[in-house]
Amino acid sequence: MAVNIQADVQQQYTGEYRVNDFALMVATKNGSGSQTSNAVIIRSLFRMGIPVSGKNLFPSNIKGLPTWYTIRASKDGYIARAATTDIAVCFNQDTAAEDIANLKPGGVVIIPSDWKWGRSRTDVIYYEVPVKELLTQAQIGTDFRERITNMVYVGAVAWLFDLPLDVINRALLDQFNQKAKPAAMNFGVVELAYNWSRDNLVKADPYRFEPMNGTAGKILIEGNEASALGSIFGGVSVVAWYPITPSTSLVDGIMENLNLRKDPETGKNTIAILQAEDELAAVGMIIGAGWAGARSLTATSGPGISLMAEFTGLAYFAEIPCVIWDVTRMGPSTGLPTRTSQGDLLFLHFLSHGDTRHPVLLPGSVKECFEFGWRSLDLADELQTPVFVMSDLDLGMNLWMSDPFDYPDQPIQRGKVLDKERLTQFLEEKNEWMRYRDYDGDGVGYRTLPGTDHPRAAYFTRGTGHNEAATYSERGDDWVKNLSRLRHKMEHARTVLPQPIIERDPAKKIGIISYGSNDPAIIEARDILAAQGVQTNYMRVRALPFAESVREFALSHDRVYVIENNFDGQMAQILRMEMPEDTRHMISLACGDTLPMSAQWVVDQILAHQ
Amino acid sequence: MPNAIGLERTDYKGGTSTLCPGCGHDSISNQIISAAYDLSLPMTRVIKLSGIGCSSKTPAYFLKGSHGFNSVHGRMPSVATGATTANTDLIAVAVSGDGDTGSIGFGQYKHLIRRNVPVVYIIENNGVYGLTKGQFSATSDEGQELKYYGRNELPALDLCLEAIIGGCTFVARSFSGDAKQAQTLIKAAISHRGTAVIDIISPCVTFNNDPKGNKSYDYGKKHEIALHEIDFMPKGYVHPREEITVADYDAGEMIEVEMHDGSYIKLKKVDQEHDPRNRASAIATLEKAQREELFLTGLIYYEEPRPTFGDTMHIVETPLAHLPDNKLRPSQEALASLMQSFM
Repeated sequence: MAVNIQADVQQQYTGEYRVNDFALMVATKNGSGSQTSNAVIIRSLFRMGIPVSGKNLFPSNIKGLPTWYTIRASKDGYIARAATTDIAVCFNQDTAAEDIANLKPGGVVIIPSDWKWGRSRTDVIYYEVPVKELLTQAQIGTDFRERITNMVYVGAVAWLFDLPLDVINRALLDQFNQKAKPAAMNFGVVELAYNWSRDNLVKADPYRFEPMNGTAGKILIEGNEASALGSIFGGVSVVAWYPITPSTSLVDGIMENLNLRKDPETGKNTIAILQAEDELAAVGMIIGAGWAGARSLTATSGPGISLMAEFTGLAYFAEIPCVIWDVTRMGPSTGLPTRTSQGDLLFLHFLSHGDTRHPVLLPGSVKECFEFGWRSLDLADELQTPVFVMSDLDLGMNLWMSDPFDYPDQPIQRGKVLDKERLTQFLEEKNEWMRYRDYDGDGVGYRTLPGTDHPRAAYFTRGTGHNEAATYSERGDDWVKNLSRLRHKMEHARTVLPQPIIERDPAKKIGIISYGSNDPAIIEARDILAAQGVQTNYMRVRALPFAESVREFALSHDRVYVIENNFDGQMAQILRMEMPEDTRHMISLACGDTLPMSAQWVVDQILAHQ
Repeated sequence: MPNAIGLERTDYKGGTSTLCPGCGHDSISNQIISAAYDLSLPMTRVIKLSGIGCSSKTPAYFLKGSHGFNSVHGRMPSVATGATTANTDLIAVAVSGDGDTGSIGFGQYKHLIRRNVPVVYIIENNGVYGLTKGQFSATSDEGQELKYYGRNELPALDLCLEAIIGGCTFVARSFSGDAKQAQTLIKAAISHRGTAVIDIISPCVTFNNDPKGNKSYDYGKKHEIALHEIDFMPKGYVHPREEITVADYDAGEMIEVEMHDGSYIKLKKVDQEHDPRNRASAIATLEKAQREELFLTGLIYYEEPRPTFGDTMHIVETPLAHLPDNKLRPSQEALASLMQSFM
């Protein structure tokens, strides 16, 4: 494979290697096919047994703007975003200068040799690769050339850091759904670049991958697909949505896996998917469906949540089950549609005018995306209220390593629904049925579904004032009674929503409270802090309104750090609101810098306060 | 006299109306009650849906044996879409107003029609906002004067025209003071498979009954021109009145429009050469009437129903709301093999 380009002249590295513990950042242009090349590297590492995570930092654009993808290998199993990168693949001329400037000393640059550019730094290692020549030699037609360019860096990375070619070939086949032709075309370029690198580059850096046994039995999946699968296993039957980044792939995930919900006899679906004209209609549809007895959900992001506010209040007040996924992005306003945030927490919890309050589930992993996928549908039916699930862009759109998902540990819960027989029995036992009367002391009434063939089944659903019998009422006492019951229902919700995960040693006086996708950063930060003598307990909140144990944890430490990825410290605000006690020992550490949280940020923040 | 399922007309009533005495909306509720009674509709299969406004209160005043849903302003179509998708066995009767449909809910109205959601969509159109005490609506007439809000300088939206353009396969207009026609159209609409729009001019006795205004009772009575005399024959109709009705019609001037379920509407032309099966002429006729400031009432447009929204969803026949758990949750083995594919 002789390509007549002068190889770089650098000293062969002879020191100790840094194995499976570094981050590689790939800078490309959006729409250039780098998703594929990066996924192939991740899948290859995963197959080699190396714990790996990928963070895609992409623009709100179809083609042309810069995009960065960070792949982190961690022999210790840490999967949070790495705050610094060791290796930069600079395949975007527009950002190359900045990408190189940001590299730490001793870092590695992989860059096309075709560009006219000058080396701006002397403290990094450069590998120049003749991209154009290699593509010409591979005889890639102009139609495919742009999208296949990135396979050149895959080949170079493979040789430089020891990724076996056969592993890459298998990852390519997986990536192309076992279609041999595109896989082979891409692999041809990988192989060419690999061989050229072997023949022409001198390995001058200490980084390398080695097979290990850190991913056995694990899966690799994006959060949105996990949420989609959870919903499918939760028996969702009506999905209405309006496309919005970063939630779109959640509904896509349901569509792609519809085969799981096809009736074997007729081949017809047991899920209706409705693409609405906007988010107002989307939530209206799932409320109509929930009212009629379907298991319904929508998926959206911040701007869509804003539009759903009025309808959500109706569903809360009229007590109609439905599930709303908010895969959050940066707000306010259109904000940064392709950057991650936890900025919708307060808004979701209190969405709509008047005295409203909604359960919000907070998955902290892809495994919980799956679990809360099915559980949210149960909870909505059981509590007869809209249930929000707040995921985020990081969790939803990045690939995560995880243990396989557990099958639901309980049958589908439909809540208190009186069908014809149950209504007959209920009337016999109680001599009455009032839709909004609290018969069981949990604030949840019994509902009938439209179409129930019983002369007493009908009731009138409304967002206006009503009494226990669902009759229109403007009476103050009816209003107070109804709102009191709704509040009581939310108190009851505290006991049935997912409880916090608490890691606690009474000897430790510092507590960390966090939630959602911050979990990997906190886990890693606690290890770093412990190594420096700062011992911490940790509670990961998994739902609003809080369980009682959340209060206990918050109040039983000398110092509590509330760590979250928004700008205003919204979880800290809710904690303070819920605790009349002195909370001056509670320190809000809110990141909100548009990126997934890194352990380094957590460590720096805590050490600054210790 | 009990109907075919043994119910009296009074069984189809609802709660007492809280609308102003003499409101045209109440007579529409009465026509819905009569239509449901005549058709022997099982009330438990009917759902009543509405948005917000005077008109949207009315589902509480008819068919007390049916589930009702008074939703939010202008967004009832999406609720109807979700409910009828969740349970395709339901018969949906929706009531809206000119503000609810023509202003805040215009987008959802058009999309409901575009999807052909099987709903009888009755607009109780009084050309004014009643509950907020008399502002202009999008169907208020150009040049109309109101006490507090002065002169309306904007042209009116014609909700029937919008329905036809949007692809609606059943579009009718009536007048709340014309009980027989309204009732006949409601019956036909219930038998129609797909969205059936009936825009019923219903004068507001309190805020928009200036005899000069064209949504007033006086104006309506004077300027209403029926496109046809109409009669509706349910499927398998054997009432002796049928013969009399037939005798009333001149065979040469009669059109029979068959509904999807085998029932049909008979139309007798009066003084307009109007074929409701011709889309272009339906549009032209409405535009002409608009220029001449006339109400044309009757079945303005009808075509063979397109597939309903439910038909396009490729869903199982059992209503989704009634699927048993084993149809809703894939097996443990399915999850295991799925997990394998992510390894």
